[in-house]
Amino acid sequence: MTRPEAVGLALSFLARLITGAQGHWYGCPPKAEQRIYFANHQSHFDWVLIWASLPRDLRAQTRPIAARDYWTATKLKHWITREVFNAVYVSRVRTDDEDPLEPLAEALRNGDSLVIFPEGTRGHKGDPAAFKAGLFHLAEQFPDVQLIPTWIDNVQRVMPKGEVVPVPILCSVTFGAPMQVAAGEEKRTFLTRARDAVVALRSVAA
Amino acid sequence: MGSLRSLTVSQQIGLLFVAIFGLLILASVAAFYRSLKEMTPEQSALHHRLVLDLRAVWIGTVLFWISWALGAAVATLLFAVVSFLALREFITLTHTRRADHRALLAVFFVVLPLQYVLAAGRAFNLFSVFIPVYAFAALPILAALGNDATRFLERTAKIQWGTMVCVYGMSHAPALLLLSFPRYEERGAFLVLYIVIVVAVAQIAHELAARRLRRRPIARHINRNLSWRTWLVSALAGGIVGGLLYWITPFKPPQSFLIAFIAAGCAILGDLVMKAMKRDAGVRQGGKGSVTGAVGLLDRVAPMCFAAPVFFHSVRWYFGA
Repeated sequence: MTRPEAVGLALSFLARLITGAQGHWYGCPPKAEQRIYFANHQSHFDWVLIWASLPRDLRAQTRPIAARDYWTATKLKHWITREVFNAVYVSRVRTDDEDPLEPLAEALRNGDSLVIFPEGTRGHKGDPAAFKAGLFHLAEQFPDVQLIPTWIDNVQRVMPKGEVVPVPILCSVTFGAPMQVAAGEEKRTFLTRARDAVVALRSVAA
Repeated sequence: MGSLRSLTVSQQIGLLFVAIFGLLILASVAAFYRSLKEMTPEQSALHHRLVLDLRAVWIGTVLFWISWALGAAVATLLFAVVSFLALREFITLTHTRRADHRALLAVFFVVLPLQYVLAAGRAFNLFSVFIPVYAFAALPILAALGNDATRFLERTAKIQWGTMVCVYGMSHAPALLLLSFPRYEERGAFLVLYIVIVVAVAQIAHELAARRLRRRPIARHINRNLSWRTWLVSALAGGIVGGLLYWITPFKPPQSFLIAFIAAGCAILGDLVMKAMKRDAGVRQGGKGSVTGAVGLLDRVAPMCFAAPVFFHSVRWYFGA
């Protein structure tokens, strides 16, 4: 076992110890297909939770998105995101000649699965904010990739914004049925539909 | 029983384990045989509950066996882990707010480990007052520093109560292991096994009695199955089993009966309290929880958490240990 693998196992054990990290496969089975999981975003812990609730063999090919400026700032952050999580780096500063989605498209062309938080930022509790357009563009560009709505329950209590140490509280990750962009569907309608699919899983999780 | 007393301690324990595992295997086989027959939905629900109880006893016995084989330190660690998991479940069920974060961290990562360290170090005087006195003062202070007065008393009371049940109550089980009596060295492990068996017997007896005796419930809105009659039956069952097991304890048979009766009675009522708590938190009776898999463990350990401190302190007071 290599060091990143060992660290990965330790991290997922820790996540399970603290949150239970239960994955409920409600709308689809855990299969090694190419997927984009899109979820509500409440805490820094969200990614680790989704990752820990995936079966071990799916973890290797499921990648998070990390902001390049923040997650490459120190050696440790860079090492964890690069070696353990195999993150896709995106830059937050926008330049005119560069498509911000290009690194994601690149990863999808390689056959990797992605986890994205289409709200863009961590919301406060309650309903998720409106989704950003990135999800729609990726879905249009890669119609064969399954889009899995994902609801993360309870995690805002584990680590509220501004805190660093997590409190042990049980959380669950509920995976819904795959969805796709319908032929000729408007961007706005699709994003609303996607958001509703995520919110609908809340009552399933309860 | 005289010949049993002449055996060495480890021979006695070995014999006890053989007997218990034998009984468990018999019970499991019987339960399996029963599951092959046709049953009415009501019967199968009861059967399901009994199977779950049986599984809990299996797990408890195996854990106990491991901890006996590996020593008191490992046993204390095991109980600390169970305590942690139960508290995690309890906190999941209660509505805490952001301002409670620090208080919760203190409970999980300071109070809980310290309590078990105190138990392992046999500092029983401090062990007895650490949570009721020091944690009682510290936790509301931490919560108040969070600068949020919304439902303050309710929040602190819940955290306090959870700590008291899941940490303080539970920690008395390994403490029994470490309690030393005159002429009863190295056998603390027996006391833990004794209380585990008494509590388990009381619970199973209660399931069975509730099936046969349809009496007026004591608390209809919390548990329809519990009446004074069923309570008495299960406490007596626990007491009788405890009386029969007197030879693994430092007690004489009547003492043993009385102590087991008290512990079993406490356990059944502790179960009632936990049911009321879960009702309040919105968990449906016998069904799946409203939150995130938070079902099961708390129900299993609650009777123990209520019985162990009462047992521990009455034994300690009586023997001056």
